Amino acid sequence: MMSPVPGPEAPATGAAAASSLSPASPPLLQLRGVDKHFGAVQALYHVDLDLPAAQVTALCGDNGAGKSVLTRCIAGIHQPDHGEILWNGKPVHIRGPRDAADLGIEVVYQDLALADNLDIVQNMFLGRERVHRGLLNEDSMERAAAETLRNLKVTTVRSIRQPVASLSGGQRQAVAVAKAVMWNSKLVLLDEPTAALGVVQTRMVLELVRTLRDHGLGVMVISHNLNDVFQVADRLAVLHLGRKVAEGPVADFDLQNVVQYMTTGSAHR
Amino acid sequence: MAKVEDELGRTALDEEVEPTAAAEIAAPPEILAESLGEYIRAWGRRVAGGESGALPVVLALVIIAVAFEIWTQGLFLSPQNLVNLFIESMVFMTLGMAEIFVLLLGEIDLSAGYVLAVAAGIAGLLVQKPGPNWPWWLAIITALVCSGVTGAVWGLLVSKLHLPSFVVTLAGLLIMWGVMLVILGNAGVVSIASRILVNQHVLYQIVWGNIPPVAGWVGLAVLSLLFAGITISRDFGRRRKGLVAPPPGLTILKIAFFVAAGIAVVAVCNVNRGSSLVVLAGVPWVVPIVLVVLLLWVVLLQRTKFGRYVYAIGGNPDAARRAGISLATVRTWAFALAGVTAGFSGILYLSWQGGTSTNVNGGQYVLYGVAAAVIGGTSLFGGRGKIAQAVVGGLVIGAIYNGLYLQGVQVQWQLIATGLVLVGAVLVDTLSRRGTLSGSATRI
Repeated sequence: MMSPVPGPEAPATGAAAASSLSPASPPLLQLRGVDKHFGAVQALYHVDLDLPAAQVTALCGDNGAGKSVLTRCIAGIHQPDHGEILWNGKPVHIRGPRDAADLGIEVVYQDLALADNLDIVQNMFLGRERVHRGLLNEDSMERAAAETLRNLKVTTVRSIRQPVASLSGGQRQAVAVAKAVMWNSKLVLLDEPTAALGVVQTRMVLELVRTLRDHGLGVMVISHNLNDVFQVADRLAVLHLGRKVAEGPVADFDLQNVVQYMTTGSAHR
Repeated sequence: MAKVEDELGRTALDEEVEPTAAAEIAAPPEILAESLGEYIRAWGRRVAGGESGALPVVLALVIIAVAFEIWTQGLFLSPQNLVNLFIESMVFMTLGMAEIFVLLLGEIDLSAGYVLAVAAGIAGLLVQKPGPNWPWWLAIITALVCSGVTGAVWGLLVSKLHLPSFVVTLAGLLIMWGVMLVILGNAGVVSIASRILVNQHVLYQIVWGNIPPVAGWVGLAVLSLLFAGITISRDFGRRRKGLVAPPPGLTILKIAFFVAAGIAVVAVCNVNRGSSLVVLAGVPWVVPIVLVVLLLWVVLLQRTKFGRYVYAIGGNPDAARRAGISLATVRTWAFALAGVTAGFSGILYLSWQGGTSTNVNGGQYVLYGVAAAVIGGTSLFGGRGKIAQAVVGGLVIGAIYNGLYLQGVQVQWQLIATGLVLVGAVLVDTLSRRGTLSGSATRI
C-alpha cells in the first residue's frame, strides 16, 4: 500500500513489443471464446484477447464494435455468456467491480468519476480513506498520494490540495489514472483517455501510459484516435461488429489497414 | 508506417506549460502561498477572479451593522442589544446548520421548522408538573431522538424509494405541523417559566442564564490556548513530515483573529445590561453550547469518512457510488442529523421564548434556516459549503430581524428585507461562480 507502483526493478520492456508470444509465462489476462448477448443482440462473438503485463494493448473499433461491452466484461459489470477469462493462466469469475479490484484490475472510465469539489488527495482516496482513531489521517493520505503522482511523473499540478475542478483535462485524467493504480493494481483499462484533450495534454497522458507500462503494469487503451494508438501501443487488437478481426504487435499494422479492419473487418496486407 | 509518422508530426509542437492561471484562482491561496504577503496577493487574485469566498457576506454584515447603527442612533450596537442579537440569531444559526447537512447532498429539508416546533413541544410538555415532570436532560434527549428519527424517516424515503426530498419534506412540514397541534392539545400553550421547578428552570437558563463574567474570561483564555495549541502543533506536524503548511504569518493572523473575536464577544456580554441595583452581565450559556455543537459538526463533516462522503455525494454521486460508498446510508444519516440539529434549535426556541405554543410559524423558520445557510455561502446544488457558514448567515438574518424590530418596523417589512438579502446572496453566489471555471454551477 505504501509503495503503490513497483519501483525501478520492474522490467522496462517497452521496446520489446512482440514478446507477448513468449512461452515462459502466460499473459496477465486472457479472454477465451467470450460471447455476450443482450436479448437478440449479439455484442461479442467468441472473442479471444491477450493482455500481457508490461505492455500497452490498444483496443480499436468503430462505434458499436463491442469495445465497451468487452471492457465491462473484464471489469465485472457484465458476465460473459460463454467462454472464460484467465488471470495469470488460471480461470477466474469476475462477478462485480469488487472482484475485479481484488484481482488488481482497475478501469478509468471516460467520465473519470472524480468529484469536482474534492481535492486531488480526497479524490484519490475516495472510498478507501485512511483513518486514525476515527478521524481521517490526512497527512498520511497526502504523502501517499504525492508519492504515487511522483512515481507516475505527474509534476504539473501546483498543489495536490487543489480541488479537481481547477485542473486541466489532462491533469484530471492523470489524477484518475493515479487513483486507479494506487491500489496494487496490475491491469489498467483506460477508456478513451485522450478524447477531448488538447495536443499538449494528450502528450502528457500518453507519457503517463508509457510510465505505467514501464512500471510493469498491463495496460489496455480503448481509443478512436489511431495517432495516439500508434504512439503508445505495443500491441493492437481490432473489433468489428463484436468479432475480433485482428490482433498482434503494433509493427504488423499501419494506419491504413487498421482503418480497413475497423470499417470492413478485413484488410489486405 | 511513414504515413503514421507524418500524422504524428504534431508532437514536434513547442513545449508549453499547462495553463495554470485558472488553477491559481480556483485553488485556495493557503495551499499555494509560502508567505503572508503572497497569501494576501493570491487571495486578492481570487476575489478579483470571482471566487470571493466569505467576503460578500462579511461585508454585508458590516454594512447592515453600520446602517442600523446610524438609523437607530447608536441603539443597535449597544452591548444590551448585541446580546439580544446573539440570542435571537442562535435559532437561525442552528436551523441553518441543520439545512447544511442536506444542502451539501444537493437535497433540502422543508420540515425543519415544524420539527423545531414539535421538539420544543415535546421537551416543554415533558417537564410539566403536574404532568410527566421528567428530568430536564431526559426531556432534551427525548426531543432530540424524536427529531432524529423523524429526519431518518425522510432520509429513508429519499434514499431508498428515490422520492424527491422537496416533496417528502414538504409532506413532512404538513405532518409535523399537525403533530405539533396534536401534542399541544386544546390549551395550545406550554410554559417553562417557573422558577421553582428545577427542570423547567434549567431549560429556561440555557438562553437566559449567564456565565459569571470572570468565568467567561477564564473560559475564553482556555479556549484561545487550545485553539492556538492545536493550530500551531498541526502546522509543525505537517512541516516535520515534509508537507506544505500555511505560512506562519497566516497562522498567527488566524489565531489573533480568533482571540480578538472572542475578546469582543466576552467584553460585550460582560457589560452590565441590567441596572445599578440588579446586575445582569456575562456570556449567555447558549453561546458556548452552540459553539460545542458547531465544533462537533465541523469535526464530523471535515474530519471523518462520513463527512467526506457527504461532500463526495454532493459533488458527484456517480463517483461516490463507484468508490463503493453506500449512498443510501450516508443520505439517511445526513437527514437524521439534520433532524437532530433542527430539534436542538427547538430546545433553544423553547428556552428563548420561555415556552412554546401553536403559534410557532415553522414554515417561516425553515425558510430562515435555508436562507441562513445560503447567505453564509452554502450552495443549493450540493457539494459546496461549510457548517460554520450558518453562523454568519444566521447573524445576518438575526441582525435584520433585530434592527428592523428596534425601529418599530412592522413584520411585513422584515420579511421583505430578509427576502431581498436572500436574493442578493444567491445572486452573489451565482455571479461569482459564473466567473470561475468550477463546473458545479451547472450541475443540479
